[in-house]
Amino acid sequence: MIKLNISSVPASGIRKYFDLVNEMEDVISLGIGEPDFVTPSTVMQAAHTAMNRGHTHYSSNMGFLSLREEISEYMQSRYQLSYSPKDEILVTVGASEAIDLAMRCLLGPGDEVIIPEPSFVAYKGCATFTGASVVSVDLDADHKFKLSAEKLEKAITDKTRVIIFPFPNNPTGSIMRKEEMAEIVEVVKDKDLIIISDEIYSELTYNGDHVSIASFDSIKDKTLVINGFSKAYAMTGWRLGYACGNKELILAMNKIHQYAIMCAPSLAQYAAMEALKNGADDVRYMVEKYNQRRRVLVNGFNEIGLDCFEPEGAFYAFPSIKNTGMTSDEFCEKLLKEQHVLVVPGSAFGECGEGYVRATYASSIDNIIEALERIDRFLKNRTNNKVKR
Amino acid sequence: MKERILKILENNGNLTVKQLAVLLDVSEDTVRDEISRMKKEGVILGFNTVIDWEKTERQLVNALIEVKVHPKKERGFDEVAERISSLEQVTGCYLMSGGFDLTVMVEGKDFKEIAMFVAEKLAVIDGVLSTSTHFVLKKYKDGGVHFVNKVQDDREAIVL
Repeated sequence: MIKLNISSVPASGIRKYFDLVNEMEDVISLGIGEPDFVTPSTVMQAAHTAMNRGHTHYSSNMGFLSLREEISEYMQSRYQLSYSPKDEILVTVGASEAIDLAMRCLLGPGDEVIIPEPSFVAYKGCATFTGASVVSVDLDADHKFKLSAEKLEKAITDKTRVIIFPFPNNPTGSIMRKEEMAEIVEVVKDKDLIIISDEIYSELTYNGDHVSIASFDSIKDKTLVINGFSKAYAMTGWRLGYACGNKELILAMNKIHQYAIMCAPSLAQYAAMEALKNGADDVRYMVEKYNQRRRVLVNGFNEIGLDCFEPEGAFYAFPSIKNTGMTSDEFCEKLLKEQHVLVVPGSAFGECGEGYVRATYASSIDNIIEALERIDRFLKNRTNNKVKR
Repeated sequence: MKERILKILENNGNLTVKQLAVLLDVSEDTVRDEISRMKKEGVILGFNTVIDWEKTERQLVNALIEVKVHPKKERGFDEVAERISSLEQVTGCYLMSGGFDLTVMVEGKDFKEIAMFVAEKLAVIDGVLSTSTHFVLKKYKDGGVHFVNKVQDDREAIVL
């Protein structure tokens, strides 16, 4: 009954962890890929006000023009990118919808999409739904999980239509610097393909400001920048994102969007306008907190013997657990059962994530410290047992 | 640096020097030196634990007392305020603007104990003109910490 390219996508492998967690009381979860902060109060107030004034109707398909104007201004001032609010910006239901729309517009059976891994799971899923073939490019810790021009070039074929460019990266926390992107640009600038640059974590970088790959003029027209409000403004539940790109692609995406979704939720759009107008201080506050916790978590992993490279973006650490002799899935399941700490197996983000786990520092300092102590105990219990045997 | 340390300690007084050093990306020596200097300078006066006694066996009642005071020559309100502050039951004492002079926060095991405190210890102090006692019925927030309706972490256990 179900189409093959849907049914062939396996159900999520993390289901069992939910079942385990439900039986426990004192679990510390570092498995949650969303901010622990609550949406800034000024943003919530804006939504209240809009509601009380009766602004409860549809917006235009592409999103309120006033919001698109704010986004346009933000992209210009923050990342030096120029997009017309009229037809180069589409407001979507989360960045996730933008990813899905773009793939549906660009991919079909016989096409190839290049996805660097480990990566957010939706790229592969959405690509497969279109019938396209996924070409994974394995990134590794030795190169700080960065995408090299060399690896990318090898993966490109005549059939390549789309390259996913997911930085700052979930789950590794890796980022790409401007000079590293310049090499990527050289490889793709004369090719007939589209780069989908998922920059949802752009505000969360810790050693300098985020640079968008679209800021290279030679490829701006073939780059679709996807961003949103979830991570930067702690607005995950509001489901609001956007895509910026060339008119032809944006209008095609809007075609699907208007039939499938109609428009993104109006109240969330009012909230987002306030976030862009007056949310910068809140973002700065949260980023400083994440940065402190980042140091505690990464330092902690290295101290208890789990090798962890320095993540410079998003809110994840991606330590290696290879020296424990366990697979990432075993590690996570046993850690949860024995010490009630939840981290996510790296293998959930692609085969090359095997041997790593993802732990988020979007959690309180107390939780992070307690989790590290428990993981330390977990590791010590195992070495002690080995010695006894 | 001082301010950065204080901003963290303000809400997390139980962090170790080592943890603070990692948090702030400075050496442990720097943190240790700054903290001991601030203790000497009287910037850091102590470390408290915020406790919800309601959840323990111990009975505890808090009250806010408005006190009107006859100021002393030369020393003004300080002398009376210091005498009041030295009483064991007093947890806070502030000079106020407005219709009365001092706010005195006290704690005791029950209403009766606080009533006796006011009658026998507070009202009799030379210079205290009148008192007005208000009992705390429920604590919502104290010392910057929420006691009720604390925002629960309602996030899913795993989000990829």
